[in-house]
Amino acid sequence: MSRRFTPKVVTANRLREGDVVYLTADDRWSPFHHEAELIEDEAHAQMRLLHAAAQKLIVVGAYLADAKPGANGPEPTHFREEFRTRGPSNYNHGKQADYAN
Amino acid sequence: MYSYSEFDEAFVRERVAQFTQQVERRLDGSLTEEEFRPLRLMNGLYLQLHAYMLRVAIPYGTINPRQMRQLAHIAQTWDKGYGHFTTRQNIQFNWPKLEDVPAMLQALADVGMHAIQTSGNCVRNVTADHFAGAAADEIEDPRPVAELLRQWSTDHPEFQFLPRKFKIAITGSPNDRAVTKAHDIGLRMVRNAAGEPGFEVMVGGGLGRTPMIGHTVREFLPKADLLPYVEAVLSVYNTLGRRDNKYKARIKITVHETGAAEITRMIEERFAELRPLFGGNDQKLLAEIEEAFAPPAFRNAPIDAYDAFHKADPVFRAWADTNLAAHRNAQYAIVTISLKAHGETPGDATADQMRLIADLAERYGHSELRISHEQNVILPHVHKSDLPTLHAALVKAGLGTANVGLISDIIACPGMDYCALATARSIPVAQQIATRFDELKLEQDIGPLKIKISGCINACGHHHVGHIGILGLDRAGVENYQITLGGDGTETAVIGEKTGPGFAYDEIVPAIERIVRAYLSVRQSPEETFLETFRRTGIAPFKAALYDGEGAQDAA
Repeated sequence: MSRRFTPKVVTANRLREGDVVYLTADDRWSPFHHEAELIEDEAHAQMRLLHAAAQKLIVVGAYLADAKPGANGPEPTHFREEFRTRGPSNYNHGKQADYAN
Repeated sequence: MYSYSEFDEAFVRERVAQFTQQVERRLDGSLTEEEFRPLRLMNGLYLQLHAYMLRVAIPYGTINPRQMRQLAHIAQTWDKGYGHFTTRQNIQFNWPKLEDVPAMLQALADVGMHAIQTSGNCVRNVTADHFAGAAADEIEDPRPVAELLRQWSTDHPEFQFLPRKFKIAITGSPNDRAVTKAHDIGLRMVRNAAGEPGFEVMVGGGLGRTPMIGHTVREFLPKADLLPYVEAVLSVYNTLGRRDNKYKARIKITVHETGAAEITRMIEERFAELRPLFGGNDQKLLAEIEEAFAPPAFRNAPIDAYDAFHKADPVFRAWADTNLAAHRNAQYAIVTISLKAHGETPGDATADQMRLIADLAERYGHSELRISHEQNVILPHVHKSDLPTLHAALVKAGLGTANVGLISDIIACPGMDYCALATARSIPVAQQIATRFDELKLEQDIGPLKIKISGCINACGHHHVGHIGILGLDRAGVENYQITLGGDGTETAVIGEKTGPGFAYDEIVPAIERIVRAYLSVRQSPEETFLETFRRTGIAPFKAALYDGEGAQDAA
């Protein structure tokens, strides 16, 4: 018996800037977790990861991160991924500052 | 101060040119990430959680005002206006963009700095006592030897692909401020029966997932034998070290698996082969380097102003009593500038603060600066009559915090706020502890207490040798903090003892407070330090303070 598949998003860092990004259903890289495609099927997840990893001039280190559905779109389930959506806790730097509005 | 030779300059420039082209080839797709990654790491460039990070070497923690200003310039031009000083006496920039890194390296090369060998399985930045060249208890300035090791290890063809990274620390004082016993090789200057200076050589120390205190392989090594001896250690390690398992690849495991006696024998055997091959050029070079480290021309002037201020001004007195250390010239003091203002990020300095520190070093400090592994900045030579003016200038810039060696002078690694390897945050825990004890106004009463925090098992925050060590872990998807007590990073080094189950993020500061209150209630006198108390009582009273009654609370 295989365990139930935990939903995923594809995430990576932009090659040039290093910024955290998420793969959307329409093949964009978004800075927002809630815009990511929430993948509920394991085979589809692997296909999307391959698609991401092939974009060698855009992103680095693509991987599948656990996520769950939320009111505005996918939400992270682990604190590490939550930190990646906003930036460090000691300064108002990163996404929390760049996309404050 | 030692300046790079033409050879160093050419080498660094060539490397910048190479890396500039490598970045171009990565951006145009000629290099894949797999190909590029080892190249960027060789040049100190990491990819972290939110951005790239550039780690710049500050060899043996010594830096001049011009270099400090250049770091400020880099922070402002290509980063977010600050830098983070680390436990390897390096500085890290947390927000560079890949395409800007070549320009940053060029700017570093302009002042004789670089990021070479700040990553990878090679000999890393050699660290040294941050009071080197100034300390009253020092036998000799260890930095000429550290510089010799830097030149020897830089791009050394035999040691570029070691089984794992390799860290060397050196101190010229019997009192160890450089944590030498927790290094792959620790060098502690001692005198032999004839009064000649030499080194106690310790091998196989290290923190990380298997913390170990180094074994002394030589009680006394004559100074002239140092380079062949270090090469013998590296050579034995390079042959024996395990390349099959990353977690067993450090020399501490090699020493552990081979046995201290056997590895000592092998080192001595290799040393006997290597020693005759060193024809004395290393000693000629060392003599030249030593000249460059000649002490500044110390002033001879009255120190009445210092004495008067010390008596009259309680704020100055509090600072002087914690942040000054004994200089070998009685008219001088070693000043530690705290980068640990309560509630701020340990080890961070803004570009403006860096510039001010550079100015103050020029005006009052014979243009000398050091970075400590405890993430503070040192002005090693300040005439006591200048201290009141210096203190006033520091206070104005938010750099006058009087807490060196106290509970808020915390070492914290970047943790999960920046680091891709981290399993929990470190910085906010440090900020909250410092803020809490500042509110309680207990800091001075508690006295000397070193808290060290790591955000993962790799122990960049040296938690094992903290009097109180905190290790942040991921326990079932939640941040959890394990406490160790009684660790010591000095010449009496000990790995701290685990207290028991860890604490959640919102429980860790109260837990630390319970430990400290237990200390205050069981110490025999205010003179008995935390570490002395711990050594007398053992862990029992602290465990009781941490865990007794916890079950009752949970049941409630």
